[in-house]
Amino acid sequence: MSTATLAPPATRGLVEITKVRKSFGAAEVLKGITLTVQPGGVTVIVGPSGSGKSTLLRTINHLEKVDGGFIAIDGELVGYRVRGSRLHELREKEILKQRREIGMVFQNFNLFPHLTALENVTEAPVVAQGRSKAEARERGLELLDRVGLRDRADAYPRQLSGGQQQRVAIARALALDPKILLFDEPTSALDPELVNEVLDVIRELAKSGTTLIIVTHEMGFARDVADTVVFMDQGRIVEQGPPQDIFSNPQEERTRSFFSKVIEPAFNI
Amino acid sequence: MSSAVTSVSQSAPEPAAVVADRTTRAAVDYADYPLVPAPRPWRWVGTAVVALGVAAVAWSLATNPRWEWGVVAQWFTARSVINGLAETLKLTAISGVLGFVLGFILALMRLSSSPLLLSVSWTFSWIFRSTPLLVQMLLWYNLGYLYEKISLGIPFTDVRFFEVQTTTLISQFAAAVLGLTLNQAAYSAEIIRGGILSVDQGQLEAAAALGIPAWRRSTRIVLPQAMRAILPNAFNEIIGLVKGTSIVYVLAYSELFYTVQVIYNRTQQVLPLLLVATLWYVVITSVLSVFQYYIERHYSKGAVRTLPLTPLQKARKFFATHAPVRSLR
Repeated sequence: MSTATLAPPATRGLVEITKVRKSFGAAEVLKGITLTVQPGGVTVIVGPSGSGKSTLLRTINHLEKVDGGFIAIDGELVGYRVRGSRLHELREKEILKQRREIGMVFQNFNLFPHLTALENVTEAPVVAQGRSKAEARERGLELLDRVGLRDRADAYPRQLSGGQQQRVAIARALALDPKILLFDEPTSALDPELVNEVLDVIRELAKSGTTLIIVTHEMGFARDVADTVVFMDQGRIVEQGPPQDIFSNPQEERTRSFFSKVIEPAFNI
Repeated sequence: MSSAVTSVSQSAPEPAAVVADRTTRAAVDYADYPLVPAPRPWRWVGTAVVALGVAAVAWSLATNPRWEWGVVAQWFTARSVINGLAETLKLTAISGVLGFVLGFILALMRLSSSPLLLSVSWTFSWIFRSTPLLVQMLLWYNLGYLYEKISLGIPFTDVRFFEVQTTTLISQFAAAVLGLTLNQAAYSAEIIRGGILSVDQGQLEAAAALGIPAWRRSTRIVLPQAMRAILPNAFNEIIGLVKGTSIVYVLAYSELFYTVQVIYNRTQQVLPLLLVATLWYVVITSVLSVFQYYIERHYSKGAVRTLPLTPLQKARKFFATHAPVRSLR
């Protein structure tokens, strides 16, 4: 496994989120979010449950439609096209094409249980990119190797541990060579002893030049890997900045009280 | 529990030494002792009672002359019976396939967000599940009474591409297929819909996030997983359909059941001939059950950690592990 397959320090993968709003029924979960994510950087979003972190992440690949505002990736609008003075939603086909540039890793893995680890990884390259099966297979094995699971290529997800399943899910997200990778609480469903094997894989990815946006509760990991930490609460961004500033010297009272509750137990390790 | 422990310590003069010895190694090596399973007397009693019952039923079947096994054997492979069987299989296959295809379309309509498609699908299931199959059959066969001619053209205009007398179009066969298919579609739509709903929403989301197109999402991701919920019910339906075809006798259509009726009306050997039909239905159901087993096993890939052994593999394993017994012979 060489580093040649890793993307060079990238100029692609700039995410600009502008005044994004989203409601579920009467509850407004995103109240005008504006955020710029630098290409090749690692942005970690933290905050209490229900603060809108996951919803924000899911708007980035249009799994969740915004009610207002817009998101652009490398200057291209996500899910919409400007026509006159309106934003027209793209057709399904065009949205799928955009999504192929954005990998996503879910809290509950969402691996396809009836497909083997390798089939999970090769499905999208064959169907969505039209690669040959042999080529996709070779590349799939390479990716499984990268997450340390080449020898488990023919196992079905239920035959794997949670940590292994999440690593397969990461390999699957990488298979389309995305410029951006979204992680939605990738370690929340894992036993504590399995968390590190997944975090180690993400740490490796952080060096590869792919833009990473990570929602997590692992504060130690956030401090370690993030270029920027974003703290969200009640649908708003309260504070953002480099991890040393945010964690050691938070400016807002809300940030301070949140960290005082979550960081202490995390340092027991 | 605690009393047992104290009694042990009382009987042992040097408890500390005994405990220490046990934790290191037992005094005697039991590794080569043969293992004896616990006695299970009630299992033997149960086995004996059931065996006796089975033997009694078999004995009465074999020895009671009124079953007339000779007559059964004589008609079992008779040409007319085999022809009737072929008709039954043909009806089952055609209305089974058409019924499930139509059912699949109805299930998708029912899951659609268009209120018109949804309510048409709902109404279809409602009507065909609430009318007896027998009535549907007779209704289709007598369609000529309601509509003298059937034509294909542009609605609300006089343009007609094609027009035919209803009675020539709706033969007994056509009425039977129509009735069985539409009835089957109504039931299978619900089964397929239930299967699709049983698949976790996260699966669709993950597929969408990977940019996999909608049709492929359904066929490659959702349906294979839905099949696990669909198959047992679907086979129930198909087995029901095999026997359901016997209702076609009201149209005097010469499938298996009607053929047998014609024969016993002539020969007066009612029970043996009903037995002929029954045995054929048993054969068909048995074959279908074997298919069901293997198809379900195929779709349980990934749903269970290790696939259960097939009966064939079990038999092989049995002979492999009992090899010493064979070598003794």
